[in-house]
Amino acid sequence: MLFKRYKPRFLDYHDQASGMYKSLFNFRQLWKQSITITLVVALMPLLALAIVDYNITKQATESELLLRTARLVSNARRTLTAYLDERKFALNFLILDNTYDQLLDEQRLAQLLDNLKGGFGEWSDLGVIDHNGIQRNYAGPYQLKGANYSGQEWYKRLNYTDPDSYHDNISMRSNISDVFLGFRNMPHLVISVLHNNPIGLEWLHYILRASLDIDRLNNILSQLEVSGDGDAFLINQEGVIQTPSRHYGGVLEKLPLTVPAPSERTQVIESRDHRGHQVIIGYAYITGTPFILMVIKQKQNLMKAWYDTGAKLMIFLVGSILTIVAVVIGMSTYLVNSIYQADQKRLATLHQVEYANKMASIGRLSAGVAHEINNPLAIINEKAGLIKDLFTFRQEYAADSRLIGLVDSIIGSVERCATITRQLLNFARNIQVSVQKVSLQQIVADVLEFQTKEAGYRSLSIKVDIPEEIPEFVSDRGKLQQVFINLVNNAFAAMKDGGTLEIKSRLGPGGRTIVTTVSDNGCGIPQENIKRIFEPFFTTKSGSGGTGLGLSITYGLVKEIGGEIEITSTVGKGTTFSITLPLEYNAKQGDTNARTTG
Amino acid sequence: MRVLLVDDEEELVSTLAERLTMRGLTAAWVTGYRAALDIVEKEPFDIALLDVRLPEMNGLELKRLLAARCPEMKFIFLTGHGSEEDFKACSAESGKEYYLIKPVQIEVLMAKLNEIFQG
Repeated sequence: MLFKRYKPRFLDYHDQASGMYKSLFNFRQLWKQSITITLVVALMPLLALAIVDYNITKQATESELLLRTARLVSNARRTLTAYLDERKFALNFLILDNTYDQLLDEQRLAQLLDNLKGGFGEWSDLGVIDHNGIQRNYAGPYQLKGANYSGQEWYKRLNYTDPDSYHDNISMRSNISDVFLGFRNMPHLVISVLHNNPIGLEWLHYILRASLDIDRLNNILSQLEVSGDGDAFLINQEGVIQTPSRHYGGVLEKLPLTVPAPSERTQVIESRDHRGHQVIIGYAYITGTPFILMVIKQKQNLMKAWYDTGAKLMIFLVGSILTIVAVVIGMSTYLVNSIYQADQKRLATLHQVEYANKMASIGRLSAGVAHEINNPLAIINEKAGLIKDLFTFRQEYAADSRLIGLVDSIIGSVERCATITRQLLNFARNIQVSVQKVSLQQIVADVLEFQTKEAGYRSLSIKVDIPEEIPEFVSDRGKLQQVFINLVNNAFAAMKDGGTLEIKSRLGPGGRTIVTTVSDNGCGIPQENIKRIFEPFFTTKSGSGGTGLGLSITYGLVKEIGGEIEITSTVGKGTTFSITLPLEYNAKQGDTNARTTG
Repeated sequence: MRVLLVDDEEELVSTLAERLTMRGLTAAWVTGYRAALDIVEKEPFDIALLDVRLPEMNGLELKRLLAARCPEMKFIFLTGHGSEEDFKACSAESGKEYYLIKPVQIEVLMAKLNEIFQG
């Protein structure tokens, strides 16, 4: 409904004319093209920028995320390595600082365990194992003295039989076990350190073995600030979880993800976990231990801030696009509408010019015809006149009334022809020029004076409304009179007895013109005749004495005094002639009408 | 009153001369400017009735030539055309009331001749 009301008219415009009266543009198409091209040009860079920016910031955020994860993982690895190394070095110190005999002393061993516990308290027991794998001494909560470890993997690893491949360094002489539950049903790990060349015991090595609670490890890992609902825990190389995790199972459960490939360095990969969540996995193999440090972050949470920014960007983008679309459509509609209106004006002017040209051509033609006919007409006139003279001046014929009647008829017809040719010439141009200050009231009063008799006889009423504000103006009095005489005559002819003639005047827009209307309530003029009403010889009163020149002469007169004449008419209701006259006289003689030649 | 008629339409000018003669005027006619210039050398005329459009020379120029030879002569223009330029030029020469458009009624012409002859 609203759209219908504000819908621009050019959208429904269909050009039916052809040739020079065709519109210059297909407005609908112009409108569409204008909108499309402007939108493409305006939106393409915006969208391209938005997409590029989106991708770049996303990538930057993601790589920043990966980098931060990598840093976290390598820091944590350093901490863990340092922690485990410390424990290893502590045992190493004990085994080197004490002789085998001292270590076999139960009191001494208990003392050493106490000393170790004095530090952090995470140590739970301490044992000494000889080169046969038999535990020779033990300090701790269980009776494990005499236990045989010779079949165990860690013992075999430490118990070198081939001295050639042996290098004496702490990493070769020590072992850190996986986490296991053991007798106490508490997850713990075991650190063992071997003394390979004690004095007095040539090639008979022994091992100091201690259990370590993992609480402290858990502590270190839980203190890591893992953002994004993240997880930091250890697994062993078989994928068994070594320290508790938040999302991936408890201690000694199997990690539901695949164990990442071995690597010397910290690695960060993107993946999906068993729940289908997008995760960022940072991991590092902790050298000298069976452990792999796992840091798993929930990508969704990490990217949340970025997604929020993205959403704001999206809202801004959509807003911009809507604004651009609205402005483009608005501007295109306005511009195309302006062009449409200009074009419509052009077509109207073109029609007017064509009409004026047509009238001018007709003027030239009629003037030409009048000239050509006037000469033979003059000869007929003189010849007939001579015949009449002969009859009149010679007594023998003067009494012959029939002959005189015939000659008078010829002369009368010639005079009728002469009247027509003079009127034709008048249509083409008007001979009398008398420009002066005139009063419209006076002219109309003068004209009506001649008509009062007929009006009274036919009981026609005449209403004149020319307000005082209409000033006197410079114009051609004679022509103006003729115009009103013709229009009043025309109105009288159109009306039945008892009709009403109205003459009204008002100032035109800007006060530079006077618009006078002469209206009757007579028979009206059919639409198809209105177009031709000002053409010479166009008459509907044929046979009733009209020459069909009255209105065409009126048209010529109005044009000559620089005015415009328009007609509106409804059949059965009446006709209104509207004459617009300039207040400043601007004769157009010979311009709009025919300039007679030859 | 002696009237000279100049018009290239012989049929018209001869008939008109005859009709004027019937009305007691002395009327002579010629159909070209040369004949007109010749005849005024031989006879005196009071009034010349000139067609505006004449072959070789138009009525206006002829009027000037005639006026130079016969300063007393008066003129009436007669035309079948009546274009704007003709009207302006002729009415400037002889006054707009002595510019007549064909066909002209003999009574009107007589009235004009008498008017100009007396005035």
